[in-house]
Amino acid sequence: MEQLITYLILGALMFCIGIFGILQHITLIGMLISTELILNGAALNFMAFNMFLSKDAAVGQVFTLFIMGLAAAETAIALSIIITIYRRFREIKPDSVTELKG
Amino acid sequence: MTTISNFIPPIIVAQVAFWFMVVLTLVGAVIAVTLPKIVHNILGLALSMFGVAGIYLYLGSQFVAVMQLLIYVGAICVTYIFAIMLSPPLEWDVPKKRKTRMIAALIVSVGAFIVMVQMITSFNWGPGTNLTRDWTIKTLGQQLLTRYFLVFELISLLLAIAIIGAIMIASYHQKRD
Repeated sequence: MEQLITYLILGALMFCIGIFGILQHITLIGMLISTELILNGAALNFMAFNMFLSKDAAVGQVFTLFIMGLAAAETAIALSIIITIYRRFREIKPDSVTELKG
Repeated sequence: MTTISNFIPPIIVAQVAFWFMVVLTLVGAVIAVTLPKIVHNILGLALSMFGVAGIYLYLGSQFVAVMQLLIYVGAICVTYIFAIMLSPPLEWDVPKKRKTRMIAALIVSVGAFIVMVQMITSFNWGPGTNLTRDWTIKTLGQQLLTRYFLVFELISLLLAIAIIGAIMIASYHQKRD
């Protein structure tokens, strides 16, 4: 509970669960959910480093807030893209939306 | 007044609560990636984000913990649920997951985890700093509006662009009809 390594391993575990989710999900929304897990693993690392190693108490928190803003923006954009793809192709499986493939 | 700390020492209560939050985070993350239905995945994500907010409290930052609750549980998960509820139901049956895909994903993620743990445990992180820490919301707000003002402005600009872009993209197809 007061060791840096605990938080680092928890963050790594969340990151790897997110990678697993991205690779094995078959829908675009499932992949997006896994992306949130990856971002949270990184944010947890920033907060842990801020608590245990940083000389400036605010920098990790500011970065975590920045990651949250990025996640919110990414969610809005990606969901609107998914809805557009659904309207266009009637399909949200990434394997079958291949019109833009070169 | 009898509280729980009369019977159990507070340090043990804190430990139990911390590990409870860790378990909540991991269980939510596993639910979010493995179950086949998307609504279940979103609820798992909300559970996981709740656990992470609790861990942020242990890392000493109340403000970031509350922001985590507000943004992730309150905004992002609700946005997902709205997007699913507002779109028409999909006609395709839930396809069976391909075994090979799952096994490959498992191999890649477990490999990445092993490499990361190796790196984390082999590095000597050194002693922590012993500076006095000022974690109050007041300090954070002052820092955010003076030293990290560029970050603040960038977040605002990014969110504005994202909102406009999302509306543009989502309404693009309707205009052509």
